[in-house]
Parts: sequence; C-alpha cells; structure tokens
Amino acid sequence: MASAAPPSPMLEVVGLAVGFGETVIQHDVSFRVESGSIFAIMGASGSGKSTLLKALIGLLRPMQGSVRIAEEDYWAASEARRGEIDQGLGVLFQSGALWSSMTLAQNVAFPLRMLSHLDKASIKQLSEVKLSLVGLAGAGGLMPAELSGGMVKRAGLARALSLDPAILMLDEPSSGLDPVTAKRLDDLILELRDGFGMTIVLVSHDLPSLFAICDDGVFLDGQSKTAIAHGAPSRLRDECRHPIVQAFMRRERPATDTDISGAPHDSR
Amino acid sequence: MKAKAKSSAWKTHIDGATILVALSGDWVARTDGVELGVAAKFIKPSVRALKFDTAKIGHWDSALIAFLLNIRRAAGQADVALDYGGLPVPAQRLMRLASDPAAASPTKRPSTFLDRVGLQAIMIGTQGVEATALVGDILLRGAAALFGRASMRGVDLVDAMYDAGLAALPIVTVVGVLVGGILAFIGATELSKFGAGAYVANLVAIGMVREMAALMTAIIMAGRTGGAYAAQIAAMEGAEEIDALRALGIPVFDYLILPKVLALSAMMPILYLYGCLIGIFGGLCVGAATLNVTAMSFFVEAQQSLTGAEFALGLAKSLCFGAFIAVIACHVGLRAKRSAAAVGAAATTAVVIGIVGVIALDAVFDLCASVIGV
Repeated sequence: MASAAPPSPMLEVVGLAVGFGETVIQHDVSFRVESGSIFAIMGASGSGKSTLLKALIGLLRPMQGSVRIAEEDYWAASEARRGEIDQGLGVLFQSGALWSSMTLAQNVAFPLRMLSHLDKASIKQLSEVKLSLVGLAGAGGLMPAELSGGMVKRAGLARALSLDPAILMLDEPSSGLDPVTAKRLDDLILELRDGFGMTIVLVSHDLPSLFAICDDGVFLDGQSKTAIAHGAPSRLRDECRHPIVQAFMRRERPATDTDISGAPHDSR
Repeated sequence: MKAKAKSSAWKTHIDGATILVALSGDWVARTDGVELGVAAKFIKPSVRALKFDTAKIGHWDSALIAFLLNIRRAAGQADVALDYGGLPVPAQRLMRLASDPAAASPTKRPSTFLDRVGLQAIMIGTQGVEATALVGDILLRGAAALFGRASMRGVDLVDAMYDAGLAALPIVTVVGVLVGGILAFIGATELSKFGAGAYVANLVAIGMVREMAALMTAIIMAGRTGGAYAAQIAAMEGAEEIDALRALGIPVFDYLILPKVLALSAMMPILYLYGCLIGIFGGLCVGAATLNVTAMSFFVEAQQSLTGAEFALGLAKSLCFGAFIAVIACHVGLRAKRSAAAVGAAATTAVVIGIVGVIALDAVFDLCASVIGV
C-alpha cells in the first residue's frame, strides 16, 4: 500500500512459548518485524518454525507470551476481533493447501466472496489481478490437481493475496521447487513486497532464498528450544559464531552433534 | 469531476489526442463503491495517448491495479499509448509484473455440447474396459491366492474380514429385525383379511431367505463398506501411497484389492445367513404380538416353506453382491483424482453404483431363478 509506514513494528512477538499439550516446542522467543520488511524464521527441520508460525496466524494458542499485530495483542483479543485481524494476514501454506474442489479462480475469489460485499464482477477482476501478478493469468479455470509444484505455490500466493493483506506469512515457499523456479518465486516475493509494501514473514531453511530476500530474521534451535540468533540471514552467515548457526549457514554438521553450546547472537 | 462512491474518484482532462486521468482518494478493494470497470469511458476514438496523475491518491491496493489493468486492456484494443509515469512507483512495478488476464491464452478450451457428449462416451467406454480388466485381474490373482501364490498379507485379509463381517453385525441385526418385522406386520394385516394369518411365517421366511436378507445386507454393505473402500483407496491415490506401492514393485491388486474383494465375498454369505435368522426372529416377534402365533408353530411353518434351493439362491446372490460391491468400490477408488474432493466423490459414486447395481443384479437373479424354476 502506498501510505506511509507506521513507526511501530508490524508484528512483535514477546516471550512466546508454543507447544502441544505438555510438550514445549519453543519458549522465550521474542522478535520484531518492521513494516515492509521480509523477516525470516530460520532453523533446522523439527526446530519448531512451522509451530511458531501457527501461533502467529491464529491456529495455535501460545502457552505463554504475546503476539502483537500492528500494536494489538492478537491472543488477548476476542474471537470476533481475531477474525478481523486474520483478514489482514495472508498465508501461503507449505503444501499450497488449495481447496481441491475449486478452480484456481474460485480459490482466489473465495475469501473475497465470503468476506466482502463486492459484486461478482469486481471479485472476478480482483481475482484475475492476483493470478496475473503471480504469472497465472489465464489459468483460473484449472483445478489444483492439474498444477505443477511451482504453479501450486504461485496459486497459493495469489490466494494469500486475495484480501490484500498487510502481512504475508509464507511457510516454506520454495520447498519442493527446483532452484530456477525457487529463484523466480523469490523474485516474485520481492516484487510483491515492493509493489504492495506489505510485510512478509517467511519460514524457511532454504539458504539461497533466505540470503537473497530477507532483511531480518530469527534462528530457532530445536535442542535448546529457543531462539539463539537474531539478524538478517546473510549477516548471521558472516558474523554469527554460534556453532549451530554456523553449521546451518554453511550446510555442515556441528563439530560434534552434541556440541550445541554457544552464546546467543544478535546481528540486528 | 465525476465522483465515485465513497472515497475513490477520478477525473479526466483531454488535451488534443492525450487524455490525463487524475486519480484521488483511497483505492481499496474491500471498500464499497470502488468501481473497477470504467476504462471504456476514457478511451474515445480521438484519444491516442493516456497519462495518469496520482498526486492526490491516498491508500491503494489491488483495486488500483485491477482498475489500471482494465484501462490497459481497453487501451491495447484501441491502440492508445499508455504512460505509467504518473503512477506511484510501486504501482508501476506491479503493472510490469502483471500479465494481462485477457491476453493470456486460456488453458482450457471451452467445450461444446458435442465435445462433452463425446468425452463422456469415451470415459464410459474406458471405465468399462478398466472395470473388465480389474475383474480379470481379480479372478487371476484370486485363483493364485487360493493356491497360495499371491503376495497378499494374511493380516490384511483378516482385518478386512473383521471389518466386513463382525463389525457389520450390529447394523445387519437392526435392519434384519426391522425388515423381518415389517414383512410380518404387512402379512399379518393383509393375510388376516383372508383368514390366512397362519401363513405369515411362510411370507417372512421366503421373503427373507429369497430376497430381503441378501438384498438388504448388500445395500447396507454397499453403503458402509463399499463407500469406505472407495474412500480409502482414493485417499491413498491422492497421497501417492499407491504410486509408492507400484514404484516398489508391490502388486497393488495383491496388497490392496484382493483382501477386500475376498473378505467381502466371503463375509456376505455369512451375513446373509445371519440376516435370514435375525429377520425371521423379527417376524416372529411381530407375528407373536399381532397374531398370537407361538414360536414353535412359527418356526415349523417357516421350516416347511423353505427348501434348500431358496437358500442356494440367496447364498449365490449374496456372494455375487459382495464381489460386485468390492470390485466396484476398488475400481472407483483407483480411478479417483488426486484431491480431497475426489475422495468424497469416489465414496458417493461407489455407494450409488453399488446399490443400483445390486438391485439390478437381484432382478437378473430372480429372472434366471424363475426361468429355471427355483
């Protein structure tokens, strides 16, 4: 959106603990996501990145801590208010999660159909815009089952953009894609951020994507179950001395698999 | 100035062959009154170039892009040159990013009525061939299984038999008692008018053994087990589990289909016999309540009215019904598309074809039985 960026962070996580039942997956996680930035939630497989994302998008109530979206405490809000806040969040799920009984155009139009009072013609035009922005113009009649992996991601992105969200959450956007397709998707994410000025939170362990597009980030560790580094992925690669972060950024195993000691790092 | 509803607004200024479109206010998609398709009003025959002035524009989102894409499309058709220089820089980037939806070749050709009829005919033919091939495979692999040469897991067969047999007993019991009771009730009402109330036992026994036990059990199993088979296989197809079997060289028929077909074929005759017994019991309950028939006299009448041929007919029916339901369900499941919706569609199709097919088969059986005098 073309308006001036608000001075406060678009998203702020304070002392968050997430888990299932009695099992804590991550605890004491705090970070700020500035408006218009692309923020990475990094970490190895199983470190709790997607679980944390669930708490950010309202699918999992945190055990502790707060998620503040545009200065409003999401989980302290009423259910009705959370529903309104949700409309400002666009989510691209790892699998695309397209509704299989609908065409692509219907997938993109459905949120507008359900949550706006726009007439059919306007909804159709807005859906076409979203599909054309992600390079799927003319593909609106296809069913999700007919798409390639890259198309599924782009269609999922178009649906995530359906309500013109202020924050876009992307869960492993480049997983399962070849390097060229992943690069195209990275470029598309950058274009959409620059075009709409939206804030993007990206969960990934795809290093080239992280280095290419992210301005800031947090690194989650699955063994200590908390954030062990903050900063842009490229800066963490160059500056962070934490053995787990170093090993991750260089695609190496730690000196020993039990060698996980290291002081928390902040490259912000 | 032509005011638009709410805050978004535009005005035009024509200078020779150039038109300047000045946008103001908020262009936000979910605001009531944002009108996107007004491009045709700008593009006059005398216009050769179009420029924008967005100095007074407020918030904007994809509504502005949709508005601009409409202008671009109309300008392209009228050969009008567009100058994006006056747009916000991010909007210029998005306009470069967005390909024109109308210009893109549709990925699906609209089909005519004849196309659809032809495709449907081909699909039905293909399905027939595939179903026949499936029956052939099942016969071959079933024969191999009988001689211990199929790579079917015994535990799968036992599980399938439990599911299609013991687990189905409660519903067969309920339906059997009710059907037997209904037969007895109708018989008691109608036959009493002619003083033939004593023949209620005959009606119930012959009705259950010849027809209702096999038919009702088959309908229950088509809905309960056939639907479950189709849904399970369709879900596996969607999750590429069946591809994984094929890729590893594991025979899909042996592992997945054969246990189901054998189990349902084996369990249906047993359920049929159980259905006969429980239906006659239901008839006895109603008969005893309405006609004061004793249990002994009811069973004697029932026994005298039945012959081995009646049971043979019912058993043959139930065996065929079981095999038919399982084959159809597996066939439908294997043909399912890879989506969540396809799982539901497969279950529905399997149930519908199963029930209709069973009734049709029953009619064929009765016709044949009548011809050969059973």
